[in-house]
Amino acid sequence: MTVSCQAPRWLTHCLLAVLTMFLLTTARATVIDSYEFASPEQEAQFFRLNGELRCPQCQNQSIGDSNAPIAQDLRREVHRMIVQEQADDATIVQFMLDRYGDFVLYKPRMNTTTAVLWLGPLVLLLLGLLVLWRLVRSHRSQTSGLDEQERAALKKILDDK
Amino acid sequence: MKRWKLFLPLAFFLILCVLLYKGLFLENKTELPSALLNNPLPTFQLTTLGNPEQTVTREDVTGEVFLLNVWGSWCPTCRAEHPYLLGLQEQGVRIIGLNYKDDRTEAQQWLRHGGDPYQFNIFDPQGKLGLDLGVYGSPETFLVDKAGVIRYKHVGVVDNRVWQETLKPRYDALQKEAAP
Repeated sequence: MTVSCQAPRWLTHCLLAVLTMFLLTTARATVIDSYEFASPEQEAQFFRLNGELRCPQCQNQSIGDSNAPIAQDLRREVHRMIVQEQADDATIVQFMLDRYGDFVLYKPRMNTTTAVLWLGPLVLLLLGLLVLWRLVRSHRSQTSGLDEQERAALKKILDDK
Repeated sequence: MKRWKLFLPLAFFLILCVLLYKGLFLENKTELPSALLNNPLPTFQLTTLGNPEQTVTREDVTGEVFLLNVWGSWCPTCRAEHPYLLGLQEQGVRIIGLNYKDDRTEAQQWLRHGGDPYQFNIFDPQGKLGLDLGVYGSPETFLVDKAGVIRYKHVGVVDNRVWQETLKPRYDALQKEAAP
C-alpha cells in the first residue's frame, strides 16, 4: 500500500523537474524581440547570425543572448540588412568586422593575429607526441643495451647455475 | 638524458604562469581595439544638436585635429568626464561631440546646465554614425587627424591621467603633422 502511494509522488517530482526545464528554455527565448521576416529562410539566417556574432559589450554572450543596448542595435541592423537588402551571411559578417573587428566573431578568421589560436593546440599536440616518441625510444634502447662482453658474462652466470 | 632537460617542465610551467597572470590581471578585457584605427572617419549626414535644420557631414568636421567625444545625457560616466572636457576646451583643445542615442531637448538642457565643452555636436539619435564608428558604450573618445583619419580611440572616462599619458602626446604629435 505504501509503495503504491509513494509512486505518484515520485512521478510528480519528475514531472515538476521536466516542467522547470521547459520554463528555463522559454525564458531564454524571450530575449529575442519580435521581428518580421519575408520567408522562413530569412528568419533562420537571422537566428543563425545572432548566435555567431558576439556582443561587443558583454563579451561572453552572443548578440542573440544579450539584452545590452548594443546587442539590440546589432540585432536590429542584422534584421534590416536581411529584410531590406537581402544581404547574405558574408556581407553582414563583413559589415560587423569593419566596425567591431575580429572580436565580434565567435569563430575567428584565420589570419596572422589569430594563427596562434588556430595552430597553437596542434603545435602543442605535435610537441607532446615528439616527447612521447623520444621517451619510448630511449626506454627501449636502455632495456636491450647489452654489448657482446656483457652478453657473454650473462650467459656464463646463467650456465653456471 | 642531459641535465638541462630536467628543467624543461619547470620552464614550461613558469611561462604558463606569466601568460595566465597577464591574461587575468594585466589585460583590460573591457577595452577592444578599434577596427577603424588608421581608417578614415565614416561619412555621415546628420543634423547638429543645436539646430535641427543644420546638416553636418564629414567634410564639416575634418581639416583640423580634433577629439570626437561620444556621449549622451543618459550616460552617468559621460557626466563624470564632463568637467574635465570643459577644462580641455579652455586649453584650446578642439572637441566635437557625438550626441549618441539621446533626446535632443534633454541633451541641450544638460549642456546649458553643465556647460558646453564642444565646438558643436553631431546629433545621432538612432546611433547610426555610432554603429559605423564601432561604438559599443559611451563615453568613447576618438582622436582624428587633419586628413580625417582616426588615429586613436579611448574607451571610458577622459581624466587627467588619460589625457596627460595617452591623448595629449598623440594630439600634440598630430598637430605637428602637415595638413594634406
